[in-house]
Amino acid sequence: MKFGVIVFPGSNCDHDAFYAVTANLGEKAEFIWHDSASLGDVDAVILPGGFAYGDYLRCGAIAKFSPVMQAVRKFAAAGGPVLGICNGFQVLVEAGLLPGALIRNRGLKFICREVRLRTETTDSPFTAAAQKGQVLRVPIAHGEGCYFADDRTLDELEAEDRVVFRYLDNPNGSLRDIAGILSRERNVMGMMPHPERASDPLMGSADGLVVFQSLIRGQATQPRNSADIEAIR
Amino acid sequence: MKARVFVSLKSTVLDPQGQTVRSALNGLGYHGIAGVRQGKFFDIALAEGVTREQAQKEIETIAHEVLANPVIEEYRVEILD
Amino acid sequence: MTSTITPDLIAQHQLTPGEYRKIVDILGREPTYTELGIFSVMWSEHCSYKSSRLHLKKLPTRGKLVVQGPGENAGIIDIGGGYVIAFKIESHNHPSFIEPFQGAATGVGGILRDIFTMGARPIAVLDGLRFGRLDDPQTGPRNRRILSGVVAGIAHYGNCFGVPTIGGECAFEPCYDGNPLVNVFALGIAKKEDIFYAKATGAGNPVIYVGARTGRDGIHGASMASAEFTEESKQKRPNVQVGDPFMEKLLLEACLEAMRTGAIVGIQDMGAAGLTCSTCEMGSRGSVGIEIELDRVPQRETGMSPYEIMLSESQERMLLVAEKGREEEVFRVFRKWGLEAAEVGIVTADGKLRVKQHGQVVAEIPNRELADEAPLYDRPHTPKPPALAAPRELPAADIQRALPALLAAPDICSKRWIWQQYDYQVRTNTLAGPEAADAGILRIKETGSSVAMSLDGNGRYSFLSPREGAQLAVAESCRNLSVVGAQPLAATNCLNFGNPERPEIMAQLVEAIEGMAEACRVFETPITGGNVSLYNETLGEGIYPTPVLGIVGLMKTAAPVTIPFKRAGRSVILLGGAGTCDTARFGGTQYAKEILHQLWGLPPALDMDYEKRVQSAIREIVGAGLAESAHDVSDGGLAVALAECGFGPAGIGAQIDIPSDLRPEFLAFHEGPSRIIISTADPKRAAAIAEKHGVPAAAIGVTIEGSMEIRQRGITLGSWELATLKSAYDGALESYVR
Repeated sequence: MKFGVIVFPGSNCDHDAFYAVTANLGEKAEFIWHDSASLGDVDAVILPGGFAYGDYLRCGAIAKFSPVMQAVRKFAAAGGPVLGICNGFQVLVEAGLLPGALIRNRGLKFICREVRLRTETTDSPFTAAAQKGQVLRVPIAHGEGCYFADDRTLDELEAEDRVVFRYLDNPNGSLRDIAGILSRERNVMGMMPHPERASDPLMGSADGLVVFQSLIRGQATQPRNSADIEAIR
Repeated sequence: MKARVFVSLKSTVLDPQGQTVRSALNGLGYHGIAGVRQGKFFDIALAEGVTREQAQKEIETIAHEVLANPVIEEYRVEILD
Repeated sequence: MTSTITPDLIAQHQLTPGEYRKIVDILGREPTYTELGIFSVMWSEHCSYKSSRLHLKKLPTRGKLVVQGPGENAGIIDIGGGYVIAFKIESHNHPSFIEPFQGAATGVGGILRDIFTMGARPIAVLDGLRFGRLDDPQTGPRNRRILSGVVAGIAHYGNCFGVPTIGGECAFEPCYDGNPLVNVFALGIAKKEDIFYAKATGAGNPVIYVGARTGRDGIHGASMASAEFTEESKQKRPNVQVGDPFMEKLLLEACLEAMRTGAIVGIQDMGAAGLTCSTCEMGSRGSVGIEIELDRVPQRETGMSPYEIMLSESQERMLLVAEKGREEEVFRVFRKWGLEAAEVGIVTADGKLRVKQHGQVVAEIPNRELADEAPLYDRPHTPKPPALAAPRELPAADIQRALPALLAAPDICSKRWIWQQYDYQVRTNTLAGPEAADAGILRIKETGSSVAMSLDGNGRYSFLSPREGAQLAVAESCRNLSVVGAQPLAATNCLNFGNPERPEIMAQLVEAIEGMAEACRVFETPITGGNVSLYNETLGEGIYPTPVLGIVGLMKTAAPVTIPFKRAGRSVILLGGAGTCDTARFGGTQYAKEILHQLWGLPPALDMDYEKRVQSAIREIVGAGLAESAHDVSDGGLAVALAECGFGPAGIGAQIDIPSDLRPEFLAFHEGPSRIIISTADPKRAAAIAEKHGVPAAAIGVTIEGSMEIRQRGITLGSWELATLKSAYDGALESYVR
């Protein structure tokens, strides 16, 4: 499987995501520069953590206008799996690929620590290899990770089984303890915690691997919409 | 001509920064303060020759599309001479 | 360009009449106003080390792994496998007092540039912080504001840039009330053949400016950092520079990429003294001249004078020399990253720094004299030991109550509130982050080895004896590395002292350097660079002499040996023994500070040869996989160290009984070095290794679930639920900050 890791000028977890899928899982990956209008032949896209364009306006606010995001939109529309981690999640909500917004942590401070996540659904290409209810130990590292949406959106997310991960010990004030959500078509996921940082027992946890393993397994067993994806290349 | 765009969190969105400022002010003895909401504003210099109408329209678009996130924020545009 | 240089103007530039005469000698004429500014920053204490240089020469700087010692932007050592690490420590004390957030942020930015200027990608930061007391009714509120601002500033810059802040230390004393210390220790990695130097060569080569535009930021920051704070200097707020970590990240990526083109000859960041320092130092190192035209310098403000442009300390700027004819390769890279790059000058053969504006020469100074022949002072130094009376009799100790009180003391308590604001994991190399193990540990993915880092200094010890305090700092830093199994390799130092023009302060500096030199020889950790920060005084109140050591070590990559006990029923070994102490050597301890509210006597006694054997023993024990946990005894002594071993997720404490004749509070709380607590399933093998090194390794107890009990010859000194101790330790800092 080949992952495309999008690189904005201020991405700083790009190498970590790359390392997790290549060195730890033995898959292929390539970096895709932000001004690229094409994603090449990748099977899945990762929007990594960082500070895309400095994030001085709002996290992810400028990134949504970048050429590569047009390509990501098309890729997602064709059913290709798109995973946004941390800043990547912020970019996805700003770009309208996921609902809601990520605002300043309730405590106003940047928080870096391990949290426990409950896997709320396995009906997604990102969690198919996990168990429903499975608790993952995965780190967070963000200042603006408080998930916000209006009640109607939140109800809808829940009704459609689109909340993927919830915090067991909500660190940032996220509404309904939401740590990660899916798009309606279930092929776009954003999550504030960093699965790529929990991908090696030496680093304290390998629980995050299941996210990437799910993608790999899904690609091996059912190449989804490959014709569509081929068509946009 | 200049434009000024004020952006603040919608009243339905929690503003922990504003709350913190409020409790600090109360702590300093300013008991007349009932609430504080924090926002930001952008001072935008317009190029020569842009008309007021053009400016109003363009700045509205910029405010909506770029400067504010309508999911959580509201904005107000002022055009100044 | 003419300007009358008056004695007043000279004094305002903090140049002495003698220094001014030297300037006139060098130039063979009166300097212009711009030249006066240039000399004043280059010859400031901050840039020239004029008070300390003579003594810094005493430090050992060579070693078989040292690739680059002092004199460059960072020291470099070889870690094998074709890779090197570049590291250095810098202070940003004065700016952090004036504007804590930006002062600390730009402190991080400055040291990161020092690292990537050498061609190395920064992979870790540690911070050494000192503040006034947070709970003081008068100064507490301001100290809390400074602490919050400094931590937020470090977090802002480091997190956005993408470098993990993996550890550090933080202490609180009234002497830092008006003079906090912010020391930042950064480390980067490079392939050995990719090292770059800040050296200009090749007459005719273009000089290129990249990064942020120049504004009027921080003019005279370098000379500000060299003067005591007065009421007047508090008004100098506009001096403070504002940092842009996103710009710095772009600069990092662009510089490393530009270096790979092979078109760059030399490169230096513009830090203190900005364009002045980078031009004359690069020229001097390469024995060449540099000529620049200020009209070509990208400027953020209009109407800037040559003086302002040359002295601006705008952040996130670099100066580089490219190979003539290959400029476009360099420009292409910077364009890709959206950065401004401008050819501002040329390397010349005449050895002079020549500055032009609108085609007219506004300054012309020989580089070598300016950069390397700054005044050198042998300032009088007369030791004046502090007159502190020891208590005639120590009050009866209540160890049961003292331990939780000490665990909640600001110097000892968990600093989680601080380090949780730092991204300590980005780049996924952090095997041991803050408070996990005695040292921070980073794996080097490229080599299969890991680098351990430790940062240590104790102002109280150094105040009691600058010489012993410095030695203890070296010993502790090396011990922290050894406890995780790393071999200490090399060091960087940050010397934070008061006004060197006072003989008793100068004596502190001299003694600390000499003590450090001796210890670095014993522990075979040459000093490869560092920083001296003097004039740390506010309104005549000096800080404690605070030498801070950053030491790096190397080890095989493996699961780290961390502090907490892991399983019940393991033997607890006190490697190095219970140690000795008397009343005089007890006066610098945390017990004396927090329980007795006094300071007296001398710091704990250190036997460096013995310490070295203890360290060899622990490295071998850890290397053999025998230590399930390991933690050295330091601030707060044995009881505090044992409690800290009990704060792991498994909730394992210990039952300890020590056959010692020391006074109970000495046994529990003395801070004698050369002692390490380990838990092990194989005490016999561990003891056998210790014996080989001539070090005692008595089993002092056994790990148990949920509680801690300490006895002396069977008599209970204290017995605690771990949860009680842990809540005191965990919650204290947050309660002070609120």
